[in-house]
Parts: sequence; C-alpha cells; structure tokens
Amino acid sequence: MSTAVNISGLGKRYLIGAQRERADNLRDAITNAATAPVRRLRHAGSSSGHVNELWALRGVNLKVETGQVLGVIGRNGAGKSTLLKILSRITQPTEGRIVINGRVGSLLEVGTGFHQELSGRENIYLNGAILGMTRAEIGRKFDDIVEFSEIAGFLETPVKRYSTGMFVRLAFAVAAHLEPEILLVDEVLSVGDLAFQRKCLGQMEAIAGSGRTVVFVSHNMTAVRSLCSRVVEIKAGHVVADGTADEIVKAYISNQTATGGAVLHLPQPLGRPEELLVTATRVIDEQGRPQGPFHSSRPIYVEIDVDVVRENDGYQVGFDLLSADGLILRTWHTDGPEADWPPLRAGRSTLRCELPAAFLNEGRYAVAPRADVYRTYWLVNGEDAIWFEVMKDHLESPFSLATGPGLVAPVLHWCGADDRAGDGKLTAVEEYRPSS
Amino acid sequence: MATDAERARLEQVPTLVIEPPRGWARLGARELWHYRELLYFLTWRNVLVRYKQAVLGVLWAGLNPIITMLVFTVLFNKILGVGSGSGDVPYAVFTFAGLLPWNLFALSLSSAGTSLVGNANLITKVYFPRLVIPSSSVLGTLPDFLIGFGVLTVLMVVYQVVPTWHVVFLPFFVLLALVTALGVSLWLSALYVLYRDVQHVIPFLVQLWFFLTPVFYPTSEIPAGWASVVYNLNPMTGVVGGFRWALLGQQPPGPLFWLSAAMSLLVFAAGLIYFRRMERVFADVV
Repeated sequence: MSTAVNISGLGKRYLIGAQRERADNLRDAITNAATAPVRRLRHAGSSSGHVNELWALRGVNLKVETGQVLGVIGRNGAGKSTLLKILSRITQPTEGRIVINGRVGSLLEVGTGFHQELSGRENIYLNGAILGMTRAEIGRKFDDIVEFSEIAGFLETPVKRYSTGMFVRLAFAVAAHLEPEILLVDEVLSVGDLAFQRKCLGQMEAIAGSGRTVVFVSHNMTAVRSLCSRVVEIKAGHVVADGTADEIVKAYISNQTATGGAVLHLPQPLGRPEELLVTATRVIDEQGRPQGPFHSSRPIYVEIDVDVVRENDGYQVGFDLLSADGLILRTWHTDGPEADWPPLRAGRSTLRCELPAAFLNEGRYAVAPRADVYRTYWLVNGEDAIWFEVMKDHLESPFSLATGPGLVAPVLHWCGADDRAGDGKLTAVEEYRPSS
Repeated sequence: MATDAERARLEQVPTLVIEPPRGWARLGARELWHYRELLYFLTWRNVLVRYKQAVLGVLWAGLNPIITMLVFTVLFNKILGVGSGSGDVPYAVFTFAGLLPWNLFALSLSSAGTSLVGNANLITKVYFPRLVIPSSSVLGTLPDFLIGFGVLTVLMVVYQVVPTWHVVFLPFFVLLALVTALGVSLWLSALYVLYRDVQHVIPFLVQLWFFLTPVFYPTSEIPAGWASVVYNLNPMTGVVGGFRWALLGQQPPGPLFWLSAAMSLLVFAAGLIYFRRMERVFADVV
C-alpha cells in the first residue's frame, strides 16, 4: 500500500503579541518603523521580546495510506482545523514537511464562493471552479449535480431567493461531485436535514469505497465511527491517540467525563454571544437534584438554560443523548411536534425535557446540548457533554432482577402469541392467558 | 502487468510537497495557468454581479463615460477654454478617448484594491493562487471598456474623425493599461489585507492620480524640461497619451513615453513580488 499523505514534524506557530505589534493601520506601521531602532536597543539580548507564541500544531507525524479514511477528532482549538488548512495549502506551516501523492480536494465549508445574486446554474459553475473542477468536468456532471440537489425547478432563480435548505442542498451537491484522489473534509455534514445528511454520508462512503483517501475532521462521533477506518485524536496541537475508530472514539468519550461530575453544569456558555447562548445544562431528577445515579423507574429531566440575545424563528435547541461508547441514542430538538414548540423569546429561558421512566438501562449516559439556526449553521455543536449514571430499578420481570443487555431498556409489550387456532390470525395475549 | 493507459495514469499522480516558505517566492506561472478557468469564472462573476441589480444594467458602462465627457466638454472646453491640443480633433472625442483607458484603470483600482478582503471567505476556505483574485477584478473592467469603445466609435463617426494607421498599436496600449492597473492593484489589495486604511486611501489616490494624468487636457500643456520628465514618471501618462496617439494620431510618443512605460513595468514587477511575498499570511490575517 502506498502513502497518500506523509506528514513529518509538522508545526504551525501563531504570534499572538505580534499581531498587535504588526500594526493594523498605517499610522501604527509608520510609528513602529520609526521607533524600531529604539526598541531594538531596549530589548537587546531578549530576542523574542514579549511576543507570545502559540503553537497550534507541533511535532505532528502522521502517515495516511492510500484508500484510508482517517478521522481526526479533538476539542475545539485542539488544532484539527489548522491541520486541514495546512494540508489544503490555505495556510503555510512554520516547520516540518508534508508529501502528498495525488490531487487534493478540500471541503472546509459548503457553498464557498456562492453568490447571492447569481442563479443556481451560475453558482454551480462558479462553485465547481472554486473547488477545483474544470469547466468540462462541471458540464459533464451538471445533470447529476442538479438531480442530487433536488432543486431542478429553481435553476434560474437567484440563490438569494432559495430557502436555507435548498441552498445547503445545492452547495452539497456540487461538493459531493468532487473527485480528487485525496479529499479533506471539515465538519460540513452537520447542517441539513437528516435524510440529506445520510445521502451525503452515503456519497462520502462511495468515495471512500472507491479507493480514495479521505481525511475527515468531525465532532460527530457516530459519523466518525461509521465512516472512518482509523482515527487520531489531536489535543493541544499534538497527536495523542491513534488507532481504530472504535477504540479511539471510546477512549475520547470517556475522557470527557471531566466536564461532568456531580454538578452537571457546563463550565462556560456555548454558542454565539450575539445570537444565542446555552449557559447551563443539567440532568436532574423529579426533585430537581442534579445528583446521580438516577433511578430508571422515575423520569429524568434534561434542563437547558438558553440566553436568546437576538430573536430568530430558526433557532433549534436540543441535545444528543449518548450511550457510554458515544453512540447517539436520540437527538431531540425544540423542533418537535408543532404543539410542543417552546417559545424562544429574547432573554433567559430554561427548557426542560423529560426522559420518561423505564426508558434508560443501567449505565452511563451523556447529554450533549446542541443549538443551531435551522439548516444554516451550528451555534452549539454537541461537543460538550455531561455524564450521568443510571441505576436500573424498573422491573421487567418479577423473576429477573439482573440487568439485561441493551443501550436502552424500555418495557416492550407483547401483543400477540402464535397461531393456535390455525386460522392465520395471532391470538391476543389477553385471550390466551390462562385465566386464574 | 499494467497497461500503458494505467501506467500513464499512475505517472500522472502529482506529488506535492508542503514546506515552510523560505526566501523569495516564485512566480508560479505554471500553477496560474492551471487555474486559468477559475480566473475566467471569477471575472465572469465580477462582471455579472456588477450589473445584475442595476435597473439600467450594463447601460451604465456606456452612460458613465458619456456623462463625464459632457461635463468635461462644458466645464473645461467651453468655460475654461482647454483644447484638445490639435485643431482637427474635437474636444469631446479627445476627452472621451482619454477617459476610456483612465476609467479602466480607476475602476480596476477601486474593485481590485478591496478584492482580497472582499473575498476573505474564499481565501480562508479554499486554496488557489491568490493572484487570481485581483487579476479577475482587473479583467472584469474589460467589458466596460469595450462598451465605452463602441460609444467612442459612434462618436468618431459623428464627428467624422478618421483613425490613422497607428490604430494597429491600440491593443498594445490597452495591454499596457491592464498591466499598469494590475500592478497598482496588486500593491493596494495586498496592503489592504494588512492595513484597513487602504480603503480610505483609494478614492483619494484615484482622484489625485486623475489630475496628474492627461485625461481632460493634452500633454502639450506640460512645460518641457524637468517638469515633463517628472510628469512622465506617472505610468498612466504613457498609457493615455499612447492610446490617443494610436487612435487619433495626436502627439506621437517621444522618448519620455518609454520612461512612462518602464514605470508601468516597474510597478507591475514590484507589485508581483510584494504580493507573492505577502500572500503567505493572507489566510492568517484577513
């Protein structure tokens, strides 16, 4: 097997103090230039001065084999995006060397370069060219792109008249038809409706299946697990774990416990301060106690404190319910049945959602808050989770007190037994139960 | 055994080495050529977007120089008595012929100067040679130029001005105008990424430059000697003078024209070097 991407000793340094020194307007630049000799005298000896260095990446060594689908995970600010930006040549490394064999296509955002005034057709060509396709290539794939996007009737309409969903679908459709040998994908699959997301994941799987190399950065552990053969975790600019998807994701998730503990608060508000913030998330019992373990025989409540700064009908707030190994058991949003829509008006609100009794099994679960503007972008992307323990005490059977296997433990109902009468109809349980 | 086609395909797999930048940046002409279609599409977008929302649309490209020409003719020619420098060329045609290359230059500066910052979303999300962005803004002024040229042709027919054989040199002067415009735009666009003051400087720059360029007055108004040498340090002096000579046969380019043309190339070459050098930090700073 050949190597598609070989990264050795990669580092990227940002100068934080230098940004100020570097002067953002001409006046400062002129003043700086004029006073430079004086400053140089004053700081003689201390070569670095008071410039703060920040190594977004340091000493990264990584080999990606041809045809491998590599997942890159890590918390915000760990250096994942910097790595992708260097690989796609948007920014240059400070040290190290990367050798890439094959044509690279990068997808760091959907709809890059889309212009609101241009029609769908025009934007397909423009965006295709920006993503590195030739005109002939776009022409050849044009019909497929239109079909994939499901917007055939609106090709001549300016994109500014599109709904957000249509916009995202069109943008994805163009991106999904990129055919580089090495595809770099940042978390772009996180918006859009679920069916469409699945379609995109399917397309990505098809790409991976056809022997292409994919580097996939994501917070979506379920997507990472289902797509990637290998996963690396990046933490503070270093690769700290490397292995199979199952193994790394499991370890990564259990390390997140630190944000939970007994008091189930998030350390800092999440979201965008000019739009919406999730300030706290709690998992509590009926008495409002945030202390586990919770009894599975009683309802458990998820409370999310939301600060709405600017009102927007498109807000969706909700959470992922995760199992101990990071599987999403359920994502639930304010966008449920219409009668159930909680009002999200300006100011502070607390959303409370009930996890019904006799639903969870014994074990560890997590709640990861999410918020987004409907089909547009994430405000809170479900990366911070709080953990809680559940003790199973609802009875499934009078004879068995042991906990059965299963990620959830709802009590299911038998509504028929086998065909006793031989007439092809199942007998209802009540009818055949021996009367005592 | 691999077939020839397969072998050819395998050999085609390009190898890319990414390393920290060192020393002088190379021009990367081959890469630019590779991205020529993107240049085409971005140019096309710039043109399309400029006129898409305007009610009169592309008519503006013709109206703009006509209105300016009328104002100049009344103000400078009729009231202030500025002439065309040679008796047989009417002032209206004279000034219109000057406005065409000048407008190409001025529009380039104002659109290309802010182009990198305006396309920040592209720069931070996709890789391509950054030169494509200001270049597409400059090329995007060509349709305006061509429409204006059509108007000028009509004007010349109306005033019965017949071009001389020098007209074969016209494309050369258009090219020189583009090179000059791109050269200055490279400086402005790269500086604008680092210093947002540039945005406020551009209108002044364009206005001052306009008065230093023979658009509404003939070069014969400039006294000979040192004043004339200094005057020809302005690359646009040669562009506008040469354009007029090729079209109307006025004031053939003398040795000072070559000074002006050399300034164009100097500005362009220096702009290119500066741009390529600064390009490395665009995505981090913009």
